[in-house]
Amino acid sequence: MSQSKGRFGVHGGQYIPETLMNAIIELENAYNHYKDDPEFNKELTELLNNYAGRPSLLYRADKMTRDLGGAKIYLKREDLNHTGSHKINNVLGQALLAKKMGKTRLIAETGAGQHGVATATAAALLGMECVVFMGEEDTKRQALNVYRMKLLGSDVIPVKTGTATLKDAVSEAMREWTTRISDTHYCLGSVMGPHPFPTIVRDFQAVISRESRAQILEAEGRLPDAVIACVGGGSNAIGSFYHYIPDEGVRLIGCEAAGRGIDTFETAATINTGKLGIFHGMKSYFCQDEYGQIAPVYSISAGLDYPGVGPEHAYLHDIHRAEYVPVTDEEAVNAFEYLSRTEGIIPAIESAHAVAYAMKLAPTMDKDKIIIITVSGRGDKDCAAIARYRGEDIYE
Amino acid sequence: MSDIRTAFQNGKAFIPFITCGDPDIETTKKVVRAAAENGADLIELGIPFSDPTAEGPTIQGANIRALAGGITTDKVFDLVHDLRKDIKIPFVFMTYANVVFSYGPERFMARCCENGVGGVILPDLPFEEKDEFSAVARQYGVDLISLIAPTSENRVAMIAKEAEGFIYLVSSLGVTGTRSEITTDLGSIVKVIRENTNVPCAVGFGISKPEQAKAMAGVSDGAIVGSAIIKLLEKYGKDAAPYVGEYVKSMKEAVMSAE
Repeated sequence: MSQSKGRFGVHGGQYIPETLMNAIIELENAYNHYKDDPEFNKELTELLNNYAGRPSLLYRADKMTRDLGGAKIYLKREDLNHTGSHKINNVLGQALLAKKMGKTRLIAETGAGQHGVATATAAALLGMECVVFMGEEDTKRQALNVYRMKLLGSDVIPVKTGTATLKDAVSEAMREWTTRISDTHYCLGSVMGPHPFPTIVRDFQAVISRESRAQILEAEGRLPDAVIACVGGGSNAIGSFYHYIPDEGVRLIGCEAAGRGIDTFETAATINTGKLGIFHGMKSYFCQDEYGQIAPVYSISAGLDYPGVGPEHAYLHDIHRAEYVPVTDEEAVNAFEYLSRTEGIIPAIESAHAVAYAMKLAPTMDKDKIIIITVSGRGDKDCAAIARYRGEDIYE
Repeated sequence: MSDIRTAFQNGKAFIPFITCGDPDIETTKKVVRAAAENGADLIELGIPFSDPTAEGPTIQGANIRALAGGITTDKVFDLVHDLRKDIKIPFVFMTYANVVFSYGPERFMARCCENGVGGVILPDLPFEEKDEFSAVARQYGVDLISLIAPTSENRVAMIAKEAEGFIYLVSSLGVTGTRSEITTDLGSIVKVIRENTNVPCAVGFGISKPEQAKAMAGVSDGAIVGSAIIKLLEKYGKDAAPYVGEYVKSMKEAVMSAE
């Protein structure tokens, strides 16, 4: 059987309505043209360095290392980027590409609001119109980010269908795109959806591992033993892994949101609990029932609260190149508090899932081993929700 | 090859869409029978999906009601088995790729064949991905229905050449749902379709009124109506069958009057 474009093993593909096919093909052609265009890359690098603040630091977390008593820990500080997360890396690339394609309007989905804020920011900077779709439940959990997007000049549309979270925001953004294509680019926020999105987003996020690889070689003269990142759709994780994939000695560990545990229905750990399916434009693993109905997933983290995972992660799992481990709400909240207290760095609750697993792994490793944890975003946005989790009500 | 062609042998075709299990299976049986008795030429049966990304709010609502009522793919096959005892017009399923994929494409197509379902429409399966399902569908005599959209442009000929059963021509941009007017130049798309295949083509998305159905059937071989029927189910619930019957009758008359 012939396999369509954009495959990672059996995963990936282009499972979208015919209405969008020419738009997707136009995007693929434009991307293939611009990705090696020196002028485009010069403009993008300029934006990444002088607007977003790249390269991001690779910070040696000595206090955490001493406290855990095992492997040496480095933090890749994507939280220090402008807008507070790794999402800006992809958004600046896609917005610039959209502009070159003659598009004047960006639409986006958002879970925690980080991708929505990044898209609203790029739209403001590049003079584009912007509409962000956000699950109504998430607009409540992340009210501050809703305000930020509006302040940046974007419209925020609360999505009330389904579970009113990230998956419904993606569905609604896809519906909106079929309604208005000619002037609109769908700025997808993760390494998911139909080809070419998983490849485009990965390439724009690969800057994380391109930098960290050079930084760790500079600091330690060798590669790390493990790279750890959280995985929802998987954009910061694939960016963190990408340039280490050929280095077999580097363990790549993706931390999935287990919610209340992978033995409960209140989980979003797709690779750990899902099965192969077709949804949101791609073949990959999804949390679903026996009839293929997509499951209502749960995590304390709005950014990881998604029933699928990017096709390249599904493939890295299949070929055993990367490991995907579940981390519960409770473990993530503990890590959120731990990193704040120990290193004075408040991580996003998403990133705290990666920190949590590192806290388990580091003490089992020798002191001459090295772990890099990607801190994908900053945690200011989560403070009210974590306080609530601990039984304290604060007013933002 | 399926029995779908027969739907286009009584003049212009009228094709109603009904979501199975909305609000329950007994109502679906009554509504399908009412549609068949009142002149429907082919019935598009929706197998509900939790996240129907090509649907507007009306059909999304039907999917939610049906799933809440406990419908499953197996129950849909049982429902069709029952309907087939007395209804002779062709049926096609309209659902999403994951529903077929998770059931197992071979098992799904085999059960379509057993229960006299002639075709399957998967709106999230474009031309580039169809091989995965079409080979096994063909083996069981089930047509995989192709969609053509206003944005298809240079793809129309390629899709038409490999089309089976009938072609579902999407009237306008966006998702399903009623529209006050349809402005796409469907005539020029149909011309390219006709140059490349003799498979009939019917227009859907946005049609609710008899005059729209007449106009759409005028440029093609028939009209497909979903959301307007679902709205009757939304309004009348378990008592919707006579209202759907009456509506189908008026729409069939409208398409028959098209030139």
